[in-house]
This record gives sequence, C-alpha cells and structure tokens, in this order.
Amino acid sequence: MEIFFQQVVSGLATGGIYGSVALALVMIYQATDVVNYAQGEMAMFSTYLAWTLMNAGLPYWWAFFGTLVISFVGGVVLERVVIRPVENKPILTIVIVCIGLLVILNSVAGWIYSYIQKPFPSPFPTKPIMLGTVVFGAHDLGAIGVTLVVLALLYAFFRFTTLGLAMRAAAQNPVSSRLCGIRVGWMLAIGWGLAAIVGAVAGMMVAPIVFLDPNMMAGILIYAFASATLGGFTSPGGAVLGGLIVGVIENLVGTYVHFIGTELKLTVALAVILIVLVFKPSGLFGRAAVHRV
Amino acid sequence: MTPRARAVAVAVVLALAVALPFFVSNFRLFQFTQVAVYAIALLGLNMLTGYNGQISLGHGAFYALGAYTTAILIDQWSVPYPLTIVVAGILCLVAGFLFGIPALRLEGLYLALATFALALAIPQILKYFEHWTGGSQGIVLSKPNPPWGLKLSPDQWLYYFTLAILVVLFVLARNLLAGRTGRAIVAIRDNAIAAGAMGVNTALYKSLTFGVSAAYTGVAGALSALAIAFVAPDAFNVFLSITFLVGIVIGGLASISGAIFGALFIQFVPNWAQDISKAAPWAIYGIFLIGFMYIMPFGIAGAIRRVAARAARRGTAARA
Repeated sequence: MEIFFQQVVSGLATGGIYGSVALALVMIYQATDVVNYAQGEMAMFSTYLAWTLMNAGLPYWWAFFGTLVISFVGGVVLERVVIRPVENKPILTIVIVCIGLLVILNSVAGWIYSYIQKPFPSPFPTKPIMLGTVVFGAHDLGAIGVTLVVLALLYAFFRFTTLGLAMRAAAQNPVSSRLCGIRVGWMLAIGWGLAAIVGAVAGMMVAPIVFLDPNMMAGILIYAFASATLGGFTSPGGAVLGGLIVGVIENLVGTYVHFIGTELKLTVALAVILIVLVFKPSGLFGRAAVHRV
Repeated sequence: MTPRARAVAVAVVLALAVALPFFVSNFRLFQFTQVAVYAIALLGLNMLTGYNGQISLGHGAFYALGAYTTAILIDQWSVPYPLTIVVAGILCLVAGFLFGIPALRLEGLYLALATFALALAIPQILKYFEHWTGGSQGIVLSKPNPPWGLKLSPDQWLYYFTLAILVVLFVLARNLLAGRTGRAIVAIRDNAIAAGAMGVNTALYKSLTFGVSAAYTGVAGALSALAIAFVAPDAFNVFLSITFLVGIVIGGLASISGAIFGALFIQFVPNWAQDISKAAPWAIYGIFLIGFMYIMPFGIAGAIRRVAARAARRGTAARA
C-alpha cells in the first residue's frame, strides 16, 4: 500500500507538470483556435531567459516576474510577426508555420546556450515533506500549487474582466465581435502572449526537475497533448486534471503491470488516450463542438 | 494547364528520371531513390489528408510497418524481396482500414492527436518485440542485386525498381481520384453530410481511403528498407510523421504532382540548411518552412497551378 501511495504521489508531481503545459496549449486553442505546436519550445526559450536574468544577478522572484513580462511581449510579437500573415490561410498552413517556429526556437536556443544541460534553481525548500511514510517533494507540491494559482487567475481573468470577455467573444465569433468594436487581431495576439506566460511558468517549474536544455520540453509536450486530449481541449480545468490523471496512470501501470514495465509506459498512456478519444471524443470535460449545417 | 501541356510535362520529367542514373554518382542516386520513396508515401498521405480531409500525424507508423514487414520477411524467411513489398502493402491496407474505423468518430484536431499517439508509440512497440525486430539494434539487410544479368549497380537497380513502382502507383492513384471514387472522397472532405445525402457511404469511403493511404505509405516504407538496407526503431520516430505532413503541405494538398515536389523538399532542403549554417541548421530549415508558407500558402503545386492559370488567361486575352 505504501508503494501504491508513493507512486500516486510521484505521479501527481509529474502530472502537475504535464497539466501546466497542457493548460498553456488549451489557452491558445481557446483564444485563437490554433493548436500551437511551438508551445513547448516557447516555454523552453522563456526558461532560458529566466536563467540569463538570474545569472545577471537578479533574485529569483524578480527574474521570475521579469521573464513573465518578456514572455508576454515575446508571445504578442510572435503572433503579430509570424502567425499574422497566415491567419486566414488553411489550418494545415498554420500548423506548418508553427512547426517552423518550433525548429527555429529549438535551434537558436541550442546555438546561443549550447546543448549542455544546466541546473535551474527551485524557489521551494529542498527538504522533502513526510506524511506518515509517504514522501512529498517540496518542489513538486510547490509546482502543483503554482499551476493551480495560474489556473485560478486565468479563470478569473476570462470570467470577470472585460478584456477576458472580449477575448472569448473574438474566438467564438470573430465577425460579430468585430462589429461590436472588438479588435479581433489584437485579441489573438494577447491570447498568444498569455499562453507564453503560462508556458514560461510551466518551463520554470519543470526546469529544476529535468534540468535546462533545448530539448527539455519535447517529451513533456507529448504528455501535455495527451493530457489536454484527455481533459478536453475546451476545458482549462480539465487540462490540469487530465495532466494529473495521465501522470498517475503512467506511474501505476509502470509499477504494477509487469509485462509493460517502463519500456511501454508511453504506449499505455497513449492507448488510454485513444480509448478516451473513441468513446468520448471531446475529452472528459470538454464540450462537444456543435456545427450548424 | 491544358491536358496536352500536362502530358508533355509528365513525359519530360519521366525521361529525365530514367536518364538520371547515367549522370549522377551512386550516393546522389541513392538520395533520388529516397525522393521516389518519399513521393509514394506523400501521395498516400495526400489522398487521406489532401483529398479526404482527414489529418494524420501518424503515417510514420504505417511506413514503419511496411519497412519492418519487408525486413522481417527477408531476414527470417528469406522471402524474395518483390513479394515482401506486396505483403507490406496488403498488411498496411488492412491495418489502415482497421485504424480508419475508430478514426471515423474523430475529426480535425482530435484525429491529428489520435494519429500522433500512434506515431509516438511505434518506436517503443518495435523495441518491445525484440525477437522479431532485433530491438534497438534493428535488422541489417543486403541490397538486392539486379536480376537477368543487367549491367547495373545495386543502387541503380533499386532506383529503377522504385521508379517503376512509383509510376504504377501514381497512375493507379490518378485513375482512382479522377473517377467516381475520387469524387466521393473529395465530396466527403467538402461536406460529409451533403455527400451522405447524395448516397455516398461516407463511413466506408473514409475507412477505405485510410486503408489505401496506409497501403501506399507501407509500400514506401518497404522500399525504404530495401534502399537503406537497414531498419531500426529510432528511424521511425514522430518527426518522420511530421516530416510527411510538412511534405504534403509544402508540395501542395490535393495534388498528385505535389507529392513529388514535397518529396524533393523534405529530402534536399535539410541538407542545404546544413550547408548554409553549421551552427543552427534547423533554424534555417524553419525559416525555409515559414518562408515557403508565406509565398505559397497552397504549396508548390498550388503556386504552379496559379501561375499556369494566369498564363492561360493572358493567352486567351491576347487571342481575343
């Protein structure tokens, strides 16, 4: 039983990370209707910025919030400069531009900072927290806490502010929104900026665990996609919960189902997703898309 | 483009392709064999994504299935290699058809994600069945020698062999897409409900398209196993599937010639990028990708179609 609880706890810890990146994906999808394949690399780049700021001598939280501001501006600029020209083009054209962005960010980060792994500090104490015999990493708990705070802030932003309302309207019905005086183009850009912030937070929470290197997000992005699918691409809360579920399933199956072990862990997580997609295509908490014929 | 101009263009390209082995080194020829292999795979994916509107990020899986079918049949049972390609095609047809059935419930983004999951799982699954697949070591094959005492190097023979299969498959695809079946496939993409109302069995056509598409990609995979004479799980990672998607979008969706343009792009542009900048080759590749999409949002074939249409308009205007 102890092993079981310990596995659940460490599953929740990794799941929190999947959830935070999934949250960023869902954010962009909701605000712009685009799945941003470059999301992981944007998060990675932001984390390198934070590293640079800290190396320049800034204390952790100054660097943290400084990175968020720079990431927001960076996200807005990327949307204006790179995505804007293909905004009304076929969806696959946008996908390819995102893939182009992905390889550019990855390659440039490797060029500037090299591919050598760098340690990244955690703002939380290193001492583990014991609850009975189950061990919680303080950073893991902190990371889940930060993700939940981000989720709450986003919820409040979209639910209670005029700007949030305008963004939701722009994503749902661009034409009518424009007639109401909403600047739809800018709403999309702000959506990218916000997603860059969420990505930056996720990156800075992930980096102390996996170390900082240009490819650090590749594996995580895949699980983030899985989490977002499981939770539903239309539900930010579902994305976070989906992340936690994927993290736990992955750990439990790896421990208890022996012929699977660690080698087929990824395959099992993906099989679960396929099953969810077939029986509940819009995810556990997503709304089904309704088309007018 | 008029049918006549098109026929001339096809004849010229075909003549160039046949003459190619006498002008280039064996290594270059091997690269062009790869182009032909990619072109077959891209045509398969294009049928599904371009013509039928089902996005697949998982065609690397069928490519891998084809490649491993050929490798295992040759390695374990010494089956003659032309036969293994047929088996690979049939196996992928069935696998694609079966995968196409659950895929009926999914659309757009969700289908892309489901197929993405398939692509991700492949290297792990291949490593798991070590007894058959040789695990991460892979399987080493030998390049087939030319038959009938032909005075060709193995690379030259493989090139012609691949080219011949490419021509047959392209003609078959063209006939399939130009006829009644093709109209049904496209109608489903444009409006599935209207197509159903007109009497098209959308479920059957969608899963069949998935099957045929997978079969093409599987044959391509089988040919690649012969051309490279080696298969290993990590060659079939998720980037292969993404590269295929890049290929069909850059080449031109819903276009048969687009498969060739796309294959040339994914074979040669990464090398050029490497030549331009050793430090950050993928940044250059990314710039190429984004640049292509800005200039030709409908791919290379789309751009050619547009230029040809403009020239034709100007021609009629001059005659009038």
